[in-house]
Amino acid sequence: MTTRVLVPSGVLGLGFDRAALARGVARAPDIIAIDGGSTDSGPFSLGAGQSKYARAATKSEWRDIMAARAQAGVPLVIGTAGTSGTDACVDWMFDITAEIAAESGTRLRVARLYSSQPAERVVQALSAGRLRALTPAPDISTEGLHAMSNIVALAGAEQVQAALATGADIVICGRTTDTAIIAALPLARGDHPGGAWHGAKIAECGALCSTNPTSGVISVEFDASGFTVEPLAEGAACTPHSVSAHMLYENADPFVLHEPGGHLDVRGASYTALDARRVRVEGSAWVPGPYTVKLEGARIAGFQTTILAVLRDARYVAQARAWVDRLTSYLTQAIAGRMGLAAGSYGLEFRLIGVDGALGALETRAGTPAEVGVLGIVTAPTQDIASEIGKLINPFVLHYPLTDDEELPTFAFPYSPATTDRGPLYEFALNHVMALDDPMAAFRLTVTEVGA
Amino acid sequence: MTTLGDRVLKVRSKNAGPFWLTVDVFCGDAATYADVVARLRTDRVAAVFALPTQMVRRFDIADLHVIKLSVPRPVVQGAANDRDMHGAQWAHLLAEMPI
Repeated sequence: MTTRVLVPSGVLGLGFDRAALARGVARAPDIIAIDGGSTDSGPFSLGAGQSKYARAATKSEWRDIMAARAQAGVPLVIGTAGTSGTDACVDWMFDITAEIAAESGTRLRVARLYSSQPAERVVQALSAGRLRALTPAPDISTEGLHAMSNIVALAGAEQVQAALATGADIVICGRTTDTAIIAALPLARGDHPGGAWHGAKIAECGALCSTNPTSGVISVEFDASGFTVEPLAEGAACTPHSVSAHMLYENADPFVLHEPGGHLDVRGASYTALDARRVRVEGSAWVPGPYTVKLEGARIAGFQTTILAVLRDARYVAQARAWVDRLTSYLTQAIAGRMGLAAGSYGLEFRLIGVDGALGALETRAGTPAEVGVLGIVTAPTQDIASEIGKLINPFVLHYPLTDDEELPTFAFPYSPATTDRGPLYEFALNHVMALDDPMAAFRLTVTEVGA
Repeated sequence: MTTLGDRVLKVRSKNAGPFWLTVDVFCGDAATYADVVARLRTDRVAAVFALPTQMVRRFDIADLHVIKLSVPRPVVQGAANDRDMHGAQWAHLLAEMPI
């Protein structure tokens, strides 16, 4: 059976071409699917359970996509809602959905697929030998798992299929693999499994697999032997090169993609141009394996306060490294003397922006910049301690001299107060998979009627 | 001194999840690809990232004229000592490597 999946964009919140979406709706898709997240911007969203995108941007785009769904009369599914797909993120997306339904006077059936994991479930899996570490993986322990602020499991096609089977108009998923929301329906309808997963991988970033990456909208047609992909923006084209090159993107291995219950192998895939804008792909293989779901977890690694000073004095610019080394040694003693804190009980790091700010010790280029930004980062067990250290070091970051026998310099602080409390620092603390006997054993599904 | 970046179309790096970094070297055409595949030494790539050579996964993809190099991220994404959340700046180290 042919299954047509319309993908409005690589992620909700970054915009898409409205005319292209209308063209997609006119082609009578069987489902509309869009991703809502990624780990790409770091551990904050998972740790805090908050979306990184503005609510206003999300609501504005979601309203248009919900209208497209109503017009097409098919289900709409979003994966990894609210950036990290924690339960709180799913409910945030549900609230937005309910608001739009009420404002537009439509009545909708909304399914929520929850992916958050109670620490106890993961602890039991650990003791039962049902957790497997991927490479490289942080060490884990019972205490470490209980200390996580959020743990999610990545749902696959089976859980999304269960949500679709409720007959919901809209499915809001917690953490899923990027591909699962696109592959779920073609797989449920018996389309080629290798083609379903491969086409889903190609389409998961929207038009990134085309010659016009920012246009967003992509249509994929799945069938018994493979899939055909086509961008819907005016002037955009998919070519065998643009499509096959997308397997490189954010993938450590360009030929193999692990999913719950097996892996995709595209080494045998052939990419053929059907015309100037459509590409046909066949020959990709799905290799079934044990049913495991990947886990992501984040925990608080401390609290931070930052300070930024700019050195413009050419002598200080030329000797910036020596200056921060001397400053750090002085501050370490001052913090020990005035706060009674040993050097190992907090972190104090100065990064030299303009010297090696992005690459640190791996930097190979050297030059003479006009100025150097000195970014001081304090990491401490509580925000109060981090803030207090920030205040303590503030006057020295402003005035500390390069030698004892010179007038005190004054550097540039770009704002007042010079210090900024950043709140908690979250870190990714899991790179493991968990074995499940039943795909739904680690996921929850609820269905709610919303709107008027 | 000719660098990798001088010889190819583009060198791009990106996170592949929080724990891996992947670098794509786009050669552009078959002749450049053949030349660069022969010149690019995996041990030199490892040295740029201060990693043992066996930690570098290398894929020479003739169909795309691409060499893909995946390494465990030099710093786990978002850790206190991470300086580049998206991992895009490491590409420049490779692009500036003489070959």
